[in-house]
Amino acid sequence: MKKILCLFSVIVALSFATQTWGQKYFTRDGQITFTSETPMEKIEAVNQKATSVLDAASGQVEFAVLIKGFQFEKALMQEHFNENYMESTKFPKATFKGQITDMDLVDLTKDGVYPITVKGDLMIHGVTNPVVADGKLEVKNGAIHARSSFNLSPEEYGIKIPAVVRDNIAQSLKVEVAVNYELLTNGS
Amino acid sequence: MELKIKIAVFFLCALPGPFLLAQEDLLSLLGQQGEQQTDYATASFKTNRVVNLHSLESTASGVFDFKISHRFGFLNGGVYEFFGLDNASIRIGGDFGVSDRLTVGVGRNSYDKAYDGFVKYKFLRQSTGKRNMPLTGAVLASCAINTVKWANPDRINYFSSRLNYLFQLILGRKFSESLTLQLSPTLVHRNLVRTRQEKNDVFALGGAGRIKLTRRIAVNAEYIYVLPGQLAPGYRNSISIGFDVETGGHVFQLHFTNSTSMVGHGYVAETVGDWLKGGVHFGFNISRVFTVRRRLKK
Repeated sequence: MKKILCLFSVIVALSFATQTWGQKYFTRDGQITFTSETPMEKIEAVNQKATSVLDAASGQVEFAVLIKGFQFEKALMQEHFNENYMESTKFPKATFKGQITDMDLVDLTKDGVYPITVKGDLMIHGVTNPVVADGKLEVKNGAIHARSSFNLSPEEYGIKIPAVVRDNIAQSLKVEVAVNYELLTNGS
Repeated sequence: MELKIKIAVFFLCALPGPFLLAQEDLLSLLGQQGEQQTDYATASFKTNRVVNLHSLESTASGVFDFKISHRFGFLNGGVYEFFGLDNASIRIGGDFGVSDRLTVGVGRNSYDKAYDGFVKYKFLRQSTGKRNMPLTGAVLASCAINTVKWANPDRINYFSSRLNYLFQLILGRKFSESLTLQLSPTLVHRNLVRTRQEKNDVFALGGAGRIKLTRRIAVNAEYIYVLPGQLAPGYRNSISIGFDVETGGHVFQLHFTNSTSMVGHGYVAETVGDWLKGGVHFGFNISRVFTVRRRLKK
């Protein structure tokens, strides 16, 4: 009887474990773009190595991106971005920890485009601020494609912009996120 | 009864399991991000020159770096020469980044009316993360053609006598955000030398470093030690110290050096200024970069 009980408990435990694994999605090559547009200059940078994990059951979502991974059109701009503005050796990562607030309205078993709202804490340059962003989850054949965009201001994250280049860098930057999630398995 | 308790205890223990799991750091499920990407050391120097020496930096891919350099006369020229500002040795040149590793450059110098060209290849890049490499390494080969009219037009002069070469290995490391050091073992070859005492092949060891003072200002220093017995008396080792000031697309390098020439064989083997006697030039290099080939791929 004890043996059967043991076996039973192991099976139950395993099934719980696999179930929780099965509800998580991840990516290692999410795309994050930011754009600064002023009459003087348009600056754009792309990072295609954002990592993210989405817990489909709870709607919890996390992102991390290496600041040095942002690619600019001009090499010097990229150097200045890392050296003078983001201090990326001191603050190598930007992270986001949050929640899709309306995850219960998303049916991952049914294809479709679901509007979502993401709420959470965004940390850039060592400074954390709350962020709310609208986005879309597209479910197609069990795969999840997520996209969102929001605006942020460099000043809010303690990034100083000298007066000489004030006209070249926008007060409000547009950030766009596009992610193709894959199912997280033990092997991932 | 006993069994029921056991089952109850089991469920009490097992049920919160998934919920506890859901609260942990989600990203930790993917392992350490830093280990999957290589982080290359960047901006070890503000530009690809220290003062005269090439720094371990190369010109970024697709970028043209226009350089204007001046070395005024010796400070010990005094008021009569306005501390050297009456005279200047000039180099106008440009470097181009063929790739992030390969840089080529050309220049024209008033000193010796020389045309120079170089090829520089970065074969090692200091990095951490997925690929760990403690050093940056580059090789440099340059050639200069002296075009001054022959001193003795009556004798047979060979074009090859106008050619001088420099070969250099550059090994360096960015130790911290502010400190970078490099060593530059160097071989200079001159096809024609003035006197029997001077060797055609001159071996030297260059050392250079920079300390970043603020985000936009750094102090640079370099010293080129020529191994003894290769030069005539009167020639000295090159010592230079200067500041790099970076503003947007420009880097201004303001410095003091005892070398007049800005071409490899010149500053390694033909430096005559004596620092202790004021045999020092004030000078500058101005670097302005232009992005010729845009690199953003979408």
